[in-house]
Amino acid sequence: MTQRLLFNRRQFLQTTSATAALGVLGAGSAVAATATIGFIYVGPKDDYGYNQAHAEGAAALKGMAGITVVEEEKVPETVDVLKTMESMINLEGAGLLFPTSFGYFDPFMLQAATKYPKVQFRHCGGLWTDKNPKNAGSYFGYIGTCQYLNGIVAGHMTKSKKLGFVAAKPIPQVLLNINSFLLGARAVDPSITCQVIFTGEWSLAVKEAEATNALLDQGADVVTCHVDSPKVVVQTAAGRGAYVCGYHANQSPLAPQKYLTGAEWNWANVYQMYAKTFLAGETLPNFTRGGLAEGFVKMSPLGPAVTEPARKQFEATLAEMKKGNYAIIKGPLKDNKGAEVVAGGKAYIETAIELESMNYLVEGVIGATS
Amino acid sequence: MATTDIGLWGVPLAILGGAIRVSTPFIFVSLGETITERSGRINLGLEGILVFGAMTAYAVAVMTASPWLGLLAAAGAGACFGLFHGWICKFPRVNDIAIGIALMLFGTGLAFFFGKSFIQPLAPHLPALPFGFWSDVPQVRAALDVNVLFLIGAFLAAALWWAFRNTRIGLIIRVVGDSADAARAMGVNPDRVRLLATAAGSALAAIGGGYLSLYYPGSWNESISSGQGLMAVALVIFSRWNPLGCFAAAILFGGAGALGPALQSVGVSHGYYLFYAAPYVLTLAIMIATSSPGRTLAGAPGELSITK
Amino acid sequence: MSEAASETTFETVGGRRNAGSRAWIARRAEGVVIPLGALLVGMAAFSIFLLAIGKSPIELFDLMWRGGFSSWFSIQNTLSRTAPLLLAGLCVALPARLGLAVIGGEGAIVLGGVATAAVGEALAGSGVPGPIGIVAMALGGMAAGGLWIGAVGALRHYRAVNETISSLLMAYIAIALMNHLVEGPLRDPASLNKPSTQPIEAIYRIGAIPGTDVHWGLAVGVVACILCWVLIEKTSWGFAARVAGGNMRAAQIQGLPVGPLIVGFCAIAGACAGLGGTLEVAAVHGNANASLAAGYGYTGILVAFLARQNPLAIIPVAILLGGIDASGGLIQRRMHLPDATVLVLQGMIFISILFSDTVYGRWKIFNPELWTEKG
Repeated sequence: MTQRLLFNRRQFLQTTSATAALGVLGAGSAVAATATIGFIYVGPKDDYGYNQAHAEGAAALKGMAGITVVEEEKVPETVDVLKTMESMINLEGAGLLFPTSFGYFDPFMLQAATKYPKVQFRHCGGLWTDKNPKNAGSYFGYIGTCQYLNGIVAGHMTKSKKLGFVAAKPIPQVLLNINSFLLGARAVDPSITCQVIFTGEWSLAVKEAEATNALLDQGADVVTCHVDSPKVVVQTAAGRGAYVCGYHANQSPLAPQKYLTGAEWNWANVYQMYAKTFLAGETLPNFTRGGLAEGFVKMSPLGPAVTEPARKQFEATLAEMKKGNYAIIKGPLKDNKGAEVVAGGKAYIETAIELESMNYLVEGVIGATS
Repeated sequence: MATTDIGLWGVPLAILGGAIRVSTPFIFVSLGETITERSGRINLGLEGILVFGAMTAYAVAVMTASPWLGLLAAAGAGACFGLFHGWICKFPRVNDIAIGIALMLFGTGLAFFFGKSFIQPLAPHLPALPFGFWSDVPQVRAALDVNVLFLIGAFLAAALWWAFRNTRIGLIIRVVGDSADAARAMGVNPDRVRLLATAAGSALAAIGGGYLSLYYPGSWNESISSGQGLMAVALVIFSRWNPLGCFAAAILFGGAGALGPALQSVGVSHGYYLFYAAPYVLTLAIMIATSSPGRTLAGAPGELSITK
Repeated sequence: MSEAASETTFETVGGRRNAGSRAWIARRAEGVVIPLGALLVGMAAFSIFLLAIGKSPIELFDLMWRGGFSSWFSIQNTLSRTAPLLLAGLCVALPARLGLAVIGGEGAIVLGGVATAAVGEALAGSGVPGPIGIVAMALGGMAAGGLWIGAVGALRHYRAVNETISSLLMAYIAIALMNHLVEGPLRDPASLNKPSTQPIEAIYRIGAIPGTDVHWGLAVGVVACILCWVLIEKTSWGFAARVAGGNMRAAQIQGLPVGPLIVGFCAIAGACAGLGGTLEVAAVHGNANASLAAGYGYTGILVAFLARQNPLAIIPVAILLGGIDASGGLIQRRMHLPDATVLVLQGMIFISILFSDTVYGRWKIFNPELWTEKG
């Protein structure tokens, strides 16, 4: 269905021909020696998590010649974000906007893109299709592979064979992370299970702490999470002596001894590539995805507790993943209700679009999707 | 970390542990508000003061490496907010509820404004007492790690309950709360009593905030409070202005709040949003069951604008 | 409250028209000059705060003016943010006239939004004409909100459950219900990473007022404010409510139907908030999702108290708030101040305006009698 443009450094600089070849026409922007780029965050810029990862990416643009960065934090997913985008365009002259929260995409960013056809909009996590405005687009990273690596290390380090996952909501991006984490651990020991607790909110400190405690009470001894700000989960788990794997950003300063590794975004790399292309007046791609191979995501350095066998398997798998097209979800695979979700012999490589509509938890995950 | 499989026992244990961990801010804020409301004022701004207290405690703890100094600073800052509320509300026609709501905004705003640079640094935590030392089940030990502030809160509840009945200060506060005219006849200045009662209440609320940032969950960020300050004010009405009732309500609320995650951890995961609403449903149900149309709220201070 | 006293003036009876109108102006001027003065005092206090942290107040207020009011774009930006605040403010102001402090309007907004989305789903493919469908959705939203806050009133009157606590508890319960419905029974399976209800069909969407990009919700909100003002000031119901708000027991003794009054006013208040939810769904989001709980209900408390529970005064107050909100982003971006700066400013302005309640009636120049005698 959608023409997809997989994106690495080399391909990105050849986008004009590439997009034409694929039949995806990005709206061309005028050649400009200077550009104002706007970033919009749903939470505070320093949250040790989702928003911080984007803000660090934005910060990497501030030193580039000709680039002016404007930012706004804590913008709710209401008419507020629409008005913020318009304000950045009308009052600041922004030519390229990155509204970074998922909820901004539909309807707000799509509306703004329709209203301002000369401005470029790129959204984190959305599923841009060719029915959407051509001056809009989406980008995302295959962070599931990083959660798989988290799972490998966790699989080596767990003694109870029980892992814990604090998750916000049962949406595809989160489910893929949970499944990847467990499958990584099961690559070490197929008897490992992972308990998941959904908090229902992207950022709610006390409930995240309670969820972490509940997981530890059930015997989990390695914990990771997918919430906007992993700070509380990392501190609570480490405080009770459990190991933690990070998410979004590097949380090792919060628990230097207990932090094993973490799945991190590498938005600086992505934003710099966008900015260079934009400054050069070239066409930005509409649909952009990348993984470890393209430098969209990265792993935190391994912590001091990580054992030698864990390190070896981690590094071997990482090297394999850096070649690209790694498949975590492959058949035969059952969900945790016993139904077969992937037939034997079938494999979804990281770029498979089907993964972006995942609606199941795999066998071994304790929890429900609704 | 050694673990023991405790299965379904995890649920009652989580409720117990949750009651102890989560309830402390509710205890402090509701006790503080009890003092204020008993004097005839309502301070809805405790949510803002709690958040500011959380930030102050964390910031000072980071700078001085002492969580106790952090708590002290929070209490001081809270008292300043209380003095401000108490002073401004003594003027005729100034609405204490409205000023409280404005303070909620102001306190939160100031806390976020000055708190930006303290999100990253790490502060030392308040110590916990290992009441679970007798058990060799790690989960039990974890649940019975009781923070000193919880014990202080329990003691304070009992002390306040006693003091309202048996001490002169308690009597003065109650008289002022029931009838300013009667207080004046006794030669007591109601405005001054209310000023001090609001300051004391706000100092306690700020300590409750310090608990959030320095013990559980134990970090400073902008989503540290999920409305504990506002909810605790409601719990005061729920517990009929009785300090012991506040303590019980806080425990109930904390325990019910632990239910949602605990049930998910043993596999009951459908409709988790509804489990998360348990504390609110439970509180509302008890309110409805224990109220009756015949009598007004027993124990309500007569001068309180919210119950008139 | 002082409101009731200042409304009962009969100075024009003597037929001295000129003096009467001057007295009228004097009386009204007090209600304009004092809040404006308080606004300036709040801004002055904030200027001191800014100077203390080494930022320029002039730059900030200039940015506020530009971001919120100076251009057609800014005005539209402000007005877009005003609409939900009008209806949320009414949800607090109406019960307040009866002496009830309802602080859980957020619950009525989110449930109103969910009900709207449910009606919208039922309408899909039905062929019902657009305007009728929109009215049906609005009625759905108003019914949900009205039942929710009406229940608060009923609990208050028939079970003596304090309305402040019950409305707050019910707001949390409503948000949980909304999340449950949006992610469970009402979820559109196609809404992948942002769980939402089925999108409302284009013909049932509420559009923008022609020539602007402000949706019709603004007009709806303004009309609702005017209607509520008429209800309170010009009808026997409103009169009875004001009497009951002054002294509930006396109203009961006089034989006023206090119970129906309380439940009725609460239900109307909830219907206003529910209508706010309808607008969010039908004009802004196009479906119901977790973003419905955006805190408008809580901002509404502030709006109502700043407007001194007067539905007409809610209009300028909501515009002021919308304007401050609209300029917040510009302040963040240009002055590199944190987002919380706007909260601090709002806090200072509100405290100042609320404090100014105490100076009413203190200055002779606003005393109508002064002007009546002179004429």
